[in-house]
Amino acid sequence: MLDLDPGKYGAFLWPAFAISALVIGWMVVDSLLSARRWRKEVQRLEALRSDVRDASQP
Amino acid sequence: MNGFWVMLRREMAMAWGRGGGPLLALTFFVATATLLPLAVGASPARLAAVAPGSAWLALALASLLSLERLFERDYEDGTLDLLALGPVPLEAVAFAKGLAQWLTNGAPLALAAPVVAVALGAELRLVPLIFISALIGGLGLAFTGGIGAALSLGSKRGGVLIAVLVLPLFAPPVIFGAGAIEAFAGGLDWHPALALLSAYGLAATALGPFAMAAACRNALS
Amino acid sequence: MFQALANPQRFMDFSRWAAPLVGIIAVILITVGLWLSFIVPEDYQMGDTVRMVFIHVPAAYMAMFCYACLGGASFMGLVFRHSLADAAGRACAPLGAGFTFLALVTGSLWGRPMWGTWWAWDARMTSVLVLLLLYIGYMALQAAIDDEVKAARAASILALVGLINLPIIKFSVDWWNTLHQPASVFRAGGPSMPPDYLWPLALMAIGYMALFGSLWMVRVRSEVWRKRANGLALQAAG
Repeated sequence: MLDLDPGKYGAFLWPAFAISALVIGWMVVDSLLSARRWRKEVQRLEALRSDVRDASQP
Repeated sequence: MNGFWVMLRREMAMAWGRGGGPLLALTFFVATATLLPLAVGASPARLAAVAPGSAWLALALASLLSLERLFERDYEDGTLDLLALGPVPLEAVAFAKGLAQWLTNGAPLALAAPVVAVALGAELRLVPLIFISALIGGLGLAFTGGIGAALSLGSKRGGVLIAVLVLPLFAPPVIFGAGAIEAFAGGLDWHPALALLSAYGLAATALGPFAMAAACRNALS
Repeated sequence: MFQALANPQRFMDFSRWAAPLVGIIAVILITVGLWLSFIVPEDYQMGDTVRMVFIHVPAAYMAMFCYACLGGASFMGLVFRHSLADAAGRACAPLGAGFTFLALVTGSLWGRPMWGTWWAWDARMTSVLVLLLLYIGYMALQAAIDDEVKAARAASILALVGLINLPIIKFSVDWWNTLHQPASVFRAGGPSMPPDYLWPLALMAIGYMALFGSLWMVRVRSEVWRKRANGLALQAAG
């Protein structure tokens, strides 16, 4: 079944998988965080705008 | 057509006039070549093996130098705005600039290239081919380099940016140019490499002005 | 479909559910692919390093695929002057650079036990390295120009110039390499791939592609929000 013992090649195989995981993880986190950040920013600015509009109404 | 010649003469005069122009590129070329023996050792056998190739490398680097001012100066003082509105299409202006860059920079460098290569230990029989390949290759370097110069207009750090944009595109001419010389030195058929080098130069000359003009219009808009 | 999605609002409505969905598909595919990668028997020639295929080949494939997307988006952006196309190009570049980097690093880690060297100036490796440089140039140009619209257009022109040049670079490097180096050293993998290995490879490749699709949508969404936020901030200030 699962063959998780690459023998003498482990020194090359595991770093390759680790780096792939790291880079892909970074791509995922970076994409999600930037999307989240700008979505929050839009929500904040829109709330700000509606506050101003509410305040200006008598 | 008349306007084009005026542009070309203007560009040539400016290239010679601005701060030493080709002299600076030539000095840089020689200085880079001087560093080579210092870096790899002065053993004649080793130097001779890498001489034509390193001459080509130094050539590519030296042709980067004057690119920064190619469009930047006209962009800064507003001349480029006038040129964009003028009767000569911007593509022709870009073509004149690239051609002037080749004549004032590529040609002197092509003259110096065999001297440098021989000084590094290249055989004398390679001299004509080194000159011709440098001359033709310079055409490709000038026009692809011009694209990088036009694209980086309005950016914060022109010089380094141009180098980063343009050097990957310099790969084919360097391969073909150095390849032709190496094939000739090794007694192989060097015609295909030279033909490919010419093809690259002509393609860059034909297509480069359109990319340059598009980049200028974008920077001016 | 392009026509329909060219409308930013419609794209946002679509990607709102499509991005997570494709992301989940990517996770499933990659998980199964990884599991299969470690189940398949060792190669009689390459031993356990055959498992490197399953992360190296998809990354190399995506490196090229992303550049094709980048070129397509740049073309659309330049010809149709569409802001969403600019965002699409911008979103491609970091992902493509990431995959290209992975292809180079895993290739290097594979080359060491197989060929006995970390790096060789082999045609493929050199042209992938040039590809990475093109991605970096694209991002550097975009970062160096303050005006966003101008930056996007300049970067698009560069992407197109690079797109024309890539086949030439690839060809020239091939030509250069065969001129100098006998190909005998670089005969990786022996004969054509046995079907045992095709399954995990296909799953991983499709999984990587789904991952790119999902992240790409997330990044385009982020760009759309960023533009909206900038517009709102401008309104608030004005």
